[in-house]
Amino acid sequence: MSLKFLVGIFLAAILTENYILNKFLGICPFLGVSKKLNTAFGMSCAVTVVMVIATAVTWPVYTYVLVPLNLDYLQTVVFILIIAALVQLLETVMHKYMPPLYNALGIYLPLITTNCAVLGVTMLVLEKGAENPSFGYLASLVNAFGAGIGFMVAMVIFAGVRERLELCDVPNFLKGLPITLIAASLVAVSFLGFNGIIDRLLA
Amino acid sequence: MDKILIPVLIVAGIGLLAGIILAVASAIMAVPKDEKAEAILEVLPGANCGACGFSGCSGYAAALSKGEAQPGLCSPGGEACAKACAELLGTGDVAVEKKTALVHCMGNYDCTSDKMRYDGIDSCAASTLLAGGISSCRYGCMGMGDCAAVCEYGAINVCNGMASIDPAKCRGCAKCTAACPKGLISFVPLKKQAVVRCSNCDKGAETMKVCKVGCIGCGKCMKACEVGAVKVTNFCAKVDPAKCIGCGKCAEVCPRHVITMLDA
Repeated sequence: MSLKFLVGIFLAAILTENYILNKFLGICPFLGVSKKLNTAFGMSCAVTVVMVIATAVTWPVYTYVLVPLNLDYLQTVVFILIIAALVQLLETVMHKYMPPLYNALGIYLPLITTNCAVLGVTMLVLEKGAENPSFGYLASLVNAFGAGIGFMVAMVIFAGVRERLELCDVPNFLKGLPITLIAASLVAVSFLGFNGIIDRLLA
Repeated sequence: MDKILIPVLIVAGIGLLAGIILAVASAIMAVPKDEKAEAILEVLPGANCGACGFSGCSGYAAALSKGEAQPGLCSPGGEACAKACAELLGTGDVAVEKKTALVHCMGNYDCTSDKMRYDGIDSCAASTLLAGGISSCRYGCMGMGDCAAVCEYGAINVCNGMASIDPAKCRGCAKCTAACPKGLISFVPLKKQAVVRCSNCDKGAETMKVCKVGCIGCGKCMKACEVGAVKVTNFCAKVDPAKCIGCGKCAEVCPRHVITMLDA
């Protein structure tokens, strides 16, 4: 497995396969926590950490427990269970050993427990692994990390857009969520422009 | 039967395992809770206004329980809250000085004039960016009501180009002091005392040009005060509330009538 392969996966997860803007997962925090730049950044950090750790745990469980027993249809149920327990554990550990980090990220952790972007990452990397046998454990972790960073990029860009929106003279009927959704769709369209860039970049 | 039993057992097993791990983890890594701080948080008003100087009520409660702060800093809570805090801490009674926010300016439209026709954003902060504001006095109140907009208790009234604060309604949250771009609003103890209602630091002749009541720094009040509570610095008089006995002599001699008496 070459480094080029991993870098390709990482960049693709950020730009072309952005979980928010391309796969439309995790829209709830995308709209909910993107009002301010610092909360958007904190939330994205927490999501990135949880995505990597969740993938690190769910991948072996799926490959070595569920598949041999022909129980891969239980994927969703088991993954939700594992992710929820994992986030809870992470919160306990952080509260004890990293109080400053807990104060900064603590309020976002419970929100992530049932976040579809986290569940989506853990399931989609397995789908990729089924299509391409060279897409193993390490590649899955890199993909999960890239997905988290992609989440952060989308959140930070959109927080900037929303801070500008605050000062705009928006027609009354579009105020609030409608204009936010329109802005989100425009940002998503702009990310379409990245299609194919990674293959060419590393070809 | 196995087709149902094995998946059920596996999911239940994973759930049980996760539950046990979490239970053990929470037992091992339990963080001792500060019960005193939580009890104090209960008696605080929960407005999270920041008037005490800490980040919200929980910050103040934590500082109180560690002994890093004094009870009685909470102005929205007032006396009852300070007593409850002191009781929980076991420090005995504390005296709470009742305070009110006060606009240190009397320049309404009768005394000052607008130096421009302003059509911009209707806010003091915005107009201040334009040549120091619309009022002829660059230190004075412009009466566009940024302070009234942030007051949650409806204590501020803007009338005739001048904000005034009702001491009976003021809860001391200090939001208006932060909102005023001229820094005209500050806290004074609510007792019988004299207050100088001007913040103009220009020389007397300059002040006279822009305002009919502005303090010219003549120093008559300083001489009239028998307890040395009034000081003129930067051509503007100031009363030290700690020394003022509320005799009213400075207000009598003031040629500009800018010193007023505050009632308890």
